[in-house]
Formats: sequence, structure tokens, C-alpha cells
Amino acid sequence: MQPLLQIQDLNLTVDGKPLVTDLSFSIAPGERLGLIGESGSGKSLTAMAATGLLPRAIAATGSVTLGGQQVIGAPERTLNSLRGTVAAFVFQEPLTALDPLLRTEQQVAEPLRRRARRDGRELAGSALNREVLALLEQVALPQPERIARSYPHEISGGQRQRVAIAMALACRPQLLIADEPTTALDVTTQAEILKLLDGLVRERGMALLFISHDLPVVAEIVERVVVMQRGVAVEIGPVRQVFGAPQHGYTRALVAAAKAFDDALEGTP
Amino acid sequence: MSLVSVDNVSFGYSRDRLVLDGVSLEIRPGASVGLVGESGSGKTTLLRLLLGLTRPSSGEIRFDGAPLDTRRGSFMRDYRKQVQAVFQDPYSSLDPRQDVLGIVSEPLRSLGIPGDRRALVEAAVVSVGLEPGILGRYPHEFSGGQRQRIAIARAIVAKPKLLLADEAVSALDLSTRIRIVQLLQQLAADMTLVFVSHDLGVVAALCDEMVILEKGRIVEAGATRKILADPQHPYTGKLLGSVPRMPA
Repeated sequence: MQPLLQIQDLNLTVDGKPLVTDLSFSIAPGERLGLIGESGSGKSLTAMAATGLLPRAIAATGSVTLGGQQVIGAPERTLNSLRGTVAAFVFQEPLTALDPLLRTEQQVAEPLRRRARRDGRELAGSALNREVLALLEQVALPQPERIARSYPHEISGGQRQRVAIAMALACRPQLLIADEPTTALDVTTQAEILKLLDGLVRERGMALLFISHDLPVVAEIVERVVVMQRGVAVEIGPVRQVFGAPQHGYTRALVAAAKAFDDALEGTP
Repeated sequence: MSLVSVDNVSFGYSRDRLVLDGVSLEIRPGASVGLVGESGSGKTTLLRLLLGLTRPSSGEIRFDGAPLDTRRGSFMRDYRKQVQAVFQDPYSSLDPRQDVLGIVSEPLRSLGIPGDRRALVEAAVVSVGLEPGILGRYPHEFSGGQRQRIAIARAIVAKPKLLLADEAVSALDLSTRIRIVQLLQQLAADMTLVFVSHDLGVVAALCDEMVILEKGRIVEAGATRKILADPQHPYTGKLLGSVPRMPA
């Protein structure tokens, strides 16, 4: 099967300074992959490069194909149709992802309408409202009618992230890219959002690119991980293998640190 | 006797909506206590009260037996010598225009602590695991973890009895976080530590006692080991159950 996202020898530089170096990995349709690294490891930049969202100052070489289409050097029009049909994004901070001046229903309606137009149908009026409410229900928002009429500041952080996920789902993407989607949330909310994402990705057969610095969070939701350190993928493999028997020194240090906190919780320091 | 007594303290910006509701807490000298809660639990408000930045709406906080009176200048000056704080963001808590010597010696200057300032600063800097040669350098030359070490050096330079830390490792990368936790553990051997955090794993690694806050109330408090092994309150159980773990 052809990969949905294929990154081959990707190099990102700014003023000749390397940010990401010789990065290669791919995601098959329906596969869930985690991108792990600490700050400055280049994990978010990699996700931006995958959808052609890199700032102009960053030069990219190598190959990134998304849904069979070359992303590097592609015109904005091509990229625009890839985003939202092939791939959609969920970001860390839902408050900046949502427009503060729009009610939830308007935020979710926009990508729904655009996706319908791309499929050659017009979606408006009560049909559109029905689809908005259906989506809000799918992301398990309580009282969807009330939330639909609410502004972002009127709902909680976890609810906002659910709205952001609904907007991404509205695109019916083949690949969902989630960049630290639970980092800004409380731990109990994080558990709920992870469960929701896991369920949605499985139900819809979507592929998932999950970016996080948090090892146990990544372990809960993906099958395979890429560990990045200063722009270089130091280890790639199945979660259980990489976390169970890490080969690279950096991965070993990360896993040991994560396990130390786990052990403390188990009362076995 | 307790070093800090929090006696039935409530705090609210309006009368009908309390941020903290009847909180009582005893902190004995030498303890390391984790205040755990999610957003809106009141953990940061409790820390602000302990710092004397705000006064309780009702109830009383006592330090070494004396009531914490934020209006008495002489008391607060002495209190500042005894109680110091470390905050979450190592990028906003250090003055970018001062060198390390200036930053770390600040409490010595403002509290009028006598002695050889440079020697005291050097000792503090070394005790947080930094080289004494960095005194002339500026914050932008350091990584997040090193900055947090500088902030800790500043907090301990006046040898306080009580160190208050507000999410002091939350902004740090995992590999840095564990090293700062180890440093705090070391320092906690000689002082009392109150560590505010949403991160149960960090609190479990660092604190012998923990206090769980939910919506302004203490739902459970006691020895960390006991609470982790056998949580009594359903909310504590839910919190513990929500923490993602590494695969076995």
C-alpha cells in the first residue's frame, strides 16, 4: 500500500543552520505514529513541513509526499486542497486555534461547508446545522445545542479542544496531525481527550501523526514512534520495542526519566 | 510545633464564590509537602496566601507561631528572609539585564543580609550544581534548566526556612525535569519545601506528604506513600487513574 505521508531525506535549515537533518519516515493509511522529542527537537517543524505550513525563512530540501502529492515547492493552491482533505491539524492551545469572535457552530460550520463544496455539494441551512450538531455529538460534547451557541471563552479548555477536534473531523481527513493536543489540559481532561482521539481515529480508520514530549501519553495512542533529538531521528520503531528496549542513549535517558516518575507513583523509587 | 499553620482559611474575590474554602493545613519543619490540584483547585491561590501576596478573606496563617500579617512591614521583612519562592517559567522570572551575581544577590541586598555577598552567591550557585565562574554571565546565555537552577540559587541564597515552588519543573523538558527534581530533593534535606504542582509523578518523586485540592477544598492529605497506595477520596483515585503510564 502506498504511504499516506512519506518523508524522505528531509532537511530544514534557516540561514544555513540545520533545524532538521536527513529525516525519513512514512505513515501508512490508518497507521498511528508518534513523534517524540524535547523542545527544539524539530518535531513541530516536521509536522508543518508535512503540510507545507513552514515559514518562508525556513528552507526545505528532500521530499515530502502527502496523499501522493509532492508538498515541497508545491504552489499554495495545491497545498490548500491537501490541507483539509488529506490532512487536518489539532494544535496544543485550543484558545488560539478558535476564533474568539465566532460561536462554536460557526467555527465548525466553516470546514464542513468547504469540505462539502470540494465534494461538489452545497451545504447550508438546516442540513448544515444538523451536521454541526452531529459532529459536536461525535466529540462527546455535553449539551451540543448549548455549546453550539457558545463562544470559546464560555466553555472549558477540554470542551474547546473537543471543538477543535470537531473542526478537524469536519474535513474528513485521511491523516489527523495532533501537535501536543493534551499538553495544555488538566490530567483528568487529558485522559478523556486521549480516549476520544483514540476512538475517533479507530472508528474512522484515520491515520494519526501524534506529536508530544510526553512519552507515556504517546505510548497510549500510537503504534510506532520516531524519537527526535536536535533535528535528527535517533530511533524509530514500534512503541513497545523503543520504550521497552531503547537502543539510542538519548532514548534510554528519556525512558529512564519517564519510568522514574512512574516508579515514584507506584511507591517504588 | 508546625512551621506553617493554615487555619480554616478561605479566599474569594466575591463573597458568594470562594476560590479557597475552609482550608486547614499543618506543615512541620523539614517536611516536603506537595500541593496537588488541577486548574481551578485553588493551589496557586493557597501559595499566594503563603507568600503573603494576598490576605485570606477569613481564617489565619501562622508562621513559627506568629500570625502572617501582610500589613506589618517589619514582620514581612523578616518573613521574606524565612520564605522564598521559585516559579514556573525560568524565562520570565530572571531579569535579563542583570548578570547572575546581580540576580542571585538580590535577596541579600533587599533584605539587608550582612556578609560577603560574592562568597554567599558563589556558595548558592555551586549548591545548585552550577560553576562559580558564571557570575558575570546573563540569563540569555543559559538553557531553561540552567535558568531554573539560577532561580533556585536566588531563592536559597538567604538560607530561608521555607521554600515555596510553584510548578517549578512543569516548563522543563523531561530529562531536565528529573535533574531539577533531584536538586530540589537534595535541598529539601535542609529546609521545608512546599511544592505546588498539577503533576502527580513529580510530587510522588519529591514530596513525603501531599495535599490534594479540588475546587478550593482539601479532599485528602497525608503521607504520599499512603495516599498513592490507598487513595481514600474518589477524586484522588480519579487523578491517579488519569496519569498516563509507560507500557510495562
